[in-house]
Amino acid sequence: MQRFVRGAMLPVLIVLLWEVSSRTGLLQFESLSRPSDILAAGLGGLADGSTLLATWQTFEAALFGLLLAILVGILAGTILGLSATTERIVGPTIEAFRPIPAVAFIPLSLLLFGFGLPMEGMIVTYACVWPILLGTIHAVRGIEPRLNEVARVLELSFAARMWKIILPAALARINVGIRVAVGFALVVAVTVEIIVNPRGLGYSLILAQQSLRVDLMYAQLLWLSFVGYAINAALRNVKVSQPALLVGARP
Amino acid sequence: MKQRAVLLNLGALAFAAGILASWQILSDARVISPIFFPPPSRALSELWARFADGSAWTSIQATSTRMFVGWCCASLLGIVLGAAIGSSRLARDYLEPTLEFVRPLPASAIIPIAILFLGLSNSMSVAVISFGAIWPVLLSSVYGFGSINNRLQEISAVLGLTRREFLRKIAIPSAMPDVLAGVRVSLAISLILAVVTEMQASLPGIGRDIFLAQRSFRSPDLYAGLILLGVIGFIVNFALAAFEKHALRWRNPYS
Repeated sequence: MQRFVRGAMLPVLIVLLWEVSSRTGLLQFESLSRPSDILAAGLGGLADGSTLLATWQTFEAALFGLLLAILVGILAGTILGLSATTERIVGPTIEAFRPIPAVAFIPLSLLLFGFGLPMEGMIVTYACVWPILLGTIHAVRGIEPRLNEVARVLELSFAARMWKIILPAALARINVGIRVAVGFALVVAVTVEIIVNPRGLGYSLILAQQSLRVDLMYAQLLWLSFVGYAINAALRNVKVSQPALLVGARP
Repeated sequence: MKQRAVLLNLGALAFAAGILASWQILSDARVISPIFFPPPSRALSELWARFADGSAWTSIQATSTRMFVGWCCASLLGIVLGAAIGSSRLARDYLEPTLEFVRPLPASAIIPIAILFLGLSNSMSVAVISFGAIWPVLLSSVYGFGSINNRLQEISAVLGLTRREFLRKIAIPSAMPDVLAGVRVSLAISLILAVVTEMQASLPGIGRDIFLAQRSFRSPDLYAGLILLGVIGFIVNFALAAFEKHALRWRNPYS
C-alpha cells in the first residue's frame, strides 16, 4: 500500500502542477495544453470511435506483419537449425541484412506496395523476423539428438517430423523470440505510420500535431502508452505450457 | 576438418555471389523490374559516384554525429539515473511506476511533441534519440546496480570504504557487464531513430537521402543508402562488441 502511494505520487504531482500552473497563467505554452482538456479530448476521441478505429488499423498491420514473421522465421529457422552446413553457407548472406534498421526499408516498401496495410506489414515483418529466426535456430539446434534419431527410425516424413518432434521440442525457446517480436511489432507499426503511412494511431498522432490539436495529441500519446503497457502486462502473464514428456526427456 | 571449413567458407561466398549475380542478370533482362530492383552494379556505381563527389561523406557524418550525440546523452543520463534508482529502494518506489508507464511508448511517438517544442531541428532529433535510447541503459543499470552482491556490500562496510570508494571499487565494476549490454542495445536504437527523425523532419543525412531517392524514383540511390546504413550499423556494433570484450577482460582471464 505504501509502495503504491509512493509510486502514484510523482504522476499525480506532475498533473496537479501542470493543471494549476496553466490555469493561473504561470505556464503559457501553446504546446502544453492542460490535463483537463487532454482528458476531455481523449474521452471525445474514444466516444466518436476514431481512436478505436485507429487502434484497430495499427493492430491489424502489426498482427499481419507479426504472423508473417512467425511463419517465415520458424520455417527458415528450422531449416537453418537442422542443417549446420546450410547455415554456414546461407547464414552470412542473411547476416548481412541484419545491421540495416527496419525503418530504412520504409521508402523501398512504399515504392513496392504504395500506401496501406501491406507496406506497413512488410516493415513489421522485417523487424520481427530477426528475434524469431535466431530464437528458432538456437531452439532447433538445442533439440535432444535422440529425438531426431527416433524420427529417423520411425521414418517420419518431414512434415510429421516438424509437427510431432521439432515444433513441440523447440516451442518454449521459439516463444521467447516471439515475445520480443510482439514488442517490436507495435513500435514499428506506429513508427511507419508517423513517417509515411496515412492510417492508424501514428498517423492520427502526427495529424493532431499538424492541425495544432495539442490536447488531442497528448490524449493519443497517453492512449498509446496505455495500449503498450497493457500488451506488456498481458505478455508477462501468458505462459506456454511445455509438453511434460519432452521436459523430462532432457538430461 | 580444416579443409571442410575452407570449403564451407567458399560455399558461403559463392552463395552470396550467386544471389547478387542472378539479381544482376534477372534485372538486366527485365525479368524483375529494374525500377524496383535495379541491378546491384548500378547501386554500387551510384555509391561510388557519391563517395567520389563527397556527398556520401557528408551524409555519413551528419547521421553518425546525430546518432552519437543522442546516444551519449542517453547513456550518461541512463547510467546516472539507473545507478540512483538501482541503489536506492526509496527512489525505486517513487519512480518505477511512472517509468513503467512511459517505457512502452514507442520512441517515434514523441516526435510530434518534440517537433512542437523544438521545431524541425537537430535538437529535436537528439531529444527523440535520447528518449528512445535511454531505456535499455536505464533498465540494465537499475538491474546492474541493484543486484550487487550483498557480501560485497558487507565487505566494504567492514573495510570502512567511503561511499565514493565503494562506487569506484565495487559498484561500478560489478554493474559494468549489465550496463555495457544496455549501452550496446541503445546504440542500435540510436541509429534507427536518427534515420527516423531524418525522414520525418527532412534533416540532412542518410535517412533523408533514402527518402528523397524514393520520392524521385531513383532506386539505385535508394539501395546505395541502404548499403551505407548496413555498413554503419555493422561497424558500430562491431566496435562496441570489441570494446565490451576489452573492458570486461578481467572477467575471464583464461580466455
